[in-house]
Formats: sequence, C-alpha cells, structure tokens
Amino acid sequence: MSSLARARSVALAVAWRGIHNAFTNPAFLLPSVMFPLFFFMAFAGGLSGIQNAPNFEFKSGYSSFQFAFVCVQAAAFGGVFTGFAIAADFEFGFARRLLLAAPNRGGIVIGYMISAMVRAAFVIGVVFLAGLISGMRIDGSIGDLLALLVMALGVSAVATLWATGIAMRLRTMQAAPLMQMPIFILLFLAPVYVPIELIVGWVHDVAQFNPATAFLEAARGFVSGEPDKVGVAAACVVGLGALAALWARGGLRSAERAG
Amino acid sequence: MSALASSAMPAQVGLLAGRAVRHIIRQPAQVVFPIVFPLVLLAVNSSGLDAATKLPGFPTTDYLDFALAVPFMQGALFAALNGGQDLARDIEGGFLDRLALTPMSGPALIAGQLGGALFMGVVSALIYLTVGLLIGSGIAAGFGGALVLLALAVTISFAFACLGTFVALRAGSGQAVQGFFPLFFVLLFLSSAFFPRNLIEQDWFREVATYNPVSYLVEGIRSLVITGWDGQALAQAFGIAALMIAAFLALSAWALRTRLVRT
Repeated sequence: MSSLARARSVALAVAWRGIHNAFTNPAFLLPSVMFPLFFFMAFAGGLSGIQNAPNFEFKSGYSSFQFAFVCVQAAAFGGVFTGFAIAADFEFGFARRLLLAAPNRGGIVIGYMISAMVRAAFVIGVVFLAGLISGMRIDGSIGDLLALLVMALGVSAVATLWATGIAMRLRTMQAAPLMQMPIFILLFLAPVYVPIELIVGWVHDVAQFNPATAFLEAARGFVSGEPDKVGVAAACVVGLGALAALWARGGLRSAERAG
Repeated sequence: MSALASSAMPAQVGLLAGRAVRHIIRQPAQVVFPIVFPLVLLAVNSSGLDAATKLPGFPTTDYLDFALAVPFMQGALFAALNGGQDLARDIEGGFLDRLALTPMSGPALIAGQLGGALFMGVVSALIYLTVGLLIGSGIAAGFGGALVLLALAVTISFAFACLGTFVALRAGSGQAVQGFFPLFFVLLFLSSAFFPRNLIEQDWFREVATYNPVSYLVEGIRSLVITGWDGQALAQAFGIAALMIAAFLALSAWALRTRLVRT
C-alpha cells in the first residue's frame, strides 16, 4: 500500500468516525447548529434597522448581509468544535491509540478536517433553509452560492488546522478557550454588523487588515450576485491554510513525542 | 469542636463566602475572562454599530453610551455560570455531602455560595464603570447615578447568581450548568441590549424583546447613562431583579432540601 493510500484510508476512517459522532450525538450536533442559527436570528432580526443608516449599501437586504457572516462563522466554528473533539479524544485515550494504530498520522489530521467540513456544510445548509423560510433574498446565482460554499469549506479547513494544533499540543479540553477565543475575536473585528466603511475607530483600522474581512466581503458578494474581493479571500484561505497546516503538523509532532 | 459547629449563621456564611471568594481568586480564568470578554465586545460593538446612532429616534449620539449597559449584563451572566459551576463541583466532589454532616444550616450554605458571586459582581461592575468612563462614556445622572448604577448592576449580578445556584442545586452537575449558559445568552441577545426597542424593525423580535425581562434590566442601567433619572426604568429594573432574587432563592432553598434528602 502506498503512503498516499495509507493516508487516504486513515483520513476516511477518522472522518467517518467524526461525522458519525457529530450526527448521532445531539450534544455535539445541537450546539454547532443552534449557535449559528441563533446568531442569524438575533442579528438579522434585532439589528435589521441599521440598514436604514446613511451610506449602508447592500442591495439584498440585511438578512442576506448577516447570512454571509453566519456562513463564515459556522465554517470557522465547525473547525473549532472539531478541535474540541480532538482534545476530548486525547482525554479519553482514544487519540493515543489512534496515533499508535494509524499507518499514516497525517491522515488523522486530514480526517478530522474532512469531518469538520462536512459538519460546516450541514450547518450552512440548515441556516440557508432557515433564511429562505424567513424570506431572505438571494441575488447570487447557483455558481455564486457554490463558490460561497467552497470558500466556507476553506475557512473551515483553516480553523480545523488551527484548533488541531492547539488540541494536539495541550491534549486537554481545558484548551477549548484557546481554540475559540482567537477565532471569535478575529471574526468580530471584521465588518459583522455594517459594511467596513461604516465602522469607526480602531476596529475599522484592524478590520482593514483582518483576513476575516476578506471572507465576509467575498461571501456578501456571492450572496448579492456581485462577487467582490474573491481573489483576496482565496489568497487568505491558501496563505492561512499553509500556516495553519504547519501549525497542525507541529501539534502532531508534539503529540507523537508525548507518546 | 469545629469552627462550624460552634458558629452562628453569620459566621457560617462568612466562612463559606470566604472560601468561595478564595476559590475565585485562585482561578484567574474565572476572573479575567468574565471581565475582559464583555469589554472586548463593548469595544467591537461600539465601533461596529456606531452607524445606528445616525438613525432618527436613536436615543444617543454615541453608541458607546448605549452599549455600556451590556457588559454589566454579561458580567452578571458569567457570575451565574461561574457560581453555579463552583457549586456543582462541590456537589460532584462530595463537599456538599460532607457539609450535610455538620451543623451548617441550609440558608447559610446558599448565602455563603452567593458571597463569591456577589464579590465578582462588585469587582466587575466597578471595572466596567471605570473603563466605560475612561474611554469616553458619561453618566447622565451624575455621581449619584453612578452609585445607583453600581447598586443596580450588583443586584442584577446577584439575581443571576441565584439563578445559577438553583440550576446547580437542581442539576448537580457542572456540565448541566454549562448547558444553561447558551440559554442565558439567548436571553441577552433577544433583548433590547443592542438596539432600542422602538427601532427594531422585525415585529416578532420587538415582541420577544418586550416580554424579555433582560430588556428592562438593560434599560434600567442604560437610563442612568443616557437619560438621567428615569424612575419608571429604574423601578422596573430593580423590581425584576428583586423578583428574580426572591424566586430563585426560594427555589434554591427547595432544591437544597431535596438534594440533602437524597444524600
């Protein structure tokens, strides 16, 4: 069996286990669905009045504006929740047995990443349906929506690699805040409620250089049928993905050394 | 004879409250996160939602003034969560069972436990107010208003701590208390915490916010920052907090009796 085939078989086995656990245990599934759904409801419902502010321009309406944010958020948090699962696997001893048994350990990380992406796609699908039922307007084509999904899956992969690096280094659930807080802060230092032009103060300065801004602006472009900043978003996914892969690889090495 | 056995109720409360406070201080995560997180959100929201102040009918020209009430509520929610978790840990670890073998009275146990939450409520309210003033917010009701604001914030924090105590006593597990955490946040997000009720466009959301008691707690604090002295807003906020305290203290006492019978 070639190295690639071994990695593939490990990745598929780990992915299947992750997907099975995520979809058969309501305690795992509900938070990852309810949180984005709730944010969508709370932001699109409670803050929609802000679209009447001067210079707020987004033709598809505030629900669509927030849907784009929730897509990116669901994708990123799909990765974070997978990091929690990895930490729990270490606490229960399963991850150590997995490290011993797997003929290709890189496949373990890829497997976790696949399960996070499936989870994110499911959550985005649920939020999309909820949005459509509540009257959300989508001006983007099927191609735009597929591009949005691909970008979200890329974000999910980056977040999973980030969380994997932490989970494999610290190997405890107590590391959960370390996995989620940086991502939470990164997301909220981006144009969450209004377009970037309407943000004031230091958050505006930070948002200009925040990769999450590129993800949000590209996502909103896809939703409104006027793709924007797609190249920047793609470059951010690739660049951050490469850095996060190195980070996850270091985590894997650390877990291997710990035995 | 142990200190517990010979002591009267105030001393028992003092012993347990001291333990709860020490427990909080020794866990930096319990102090830093509940204080820093609401302040980060305050900074983010006051920049991100400042455009809302341009809307006709928005009650202030600076969103920071509008948003300053939110950290106090978030701090109260964290107090409920942390206090509840500490108590649940005591239940899971058997500390409560051992206490049941001593002359410690039930009310003293609850009051002592709440002492830790009250301590966190006071500390975090002072920090939120100080930071708010330092970054440019003002208190329309003046110095006296700031004192009333602190009193209201601590009362609200105590009310939510009573809720956390009840959940912990009823469920007896830290995981169950954690499970309630999202529910607390749902209450906050489905209120008028981030947008004035009269400007909420969606009817269903405005309706939910109107029936959500958290809206009135937030509006009570906000009235002191933006309006000045608003008797109705303050009466509603203090009234709801007092009702919560009475209800959840009674429920906690009942849950404690049930739990001690079980053990």
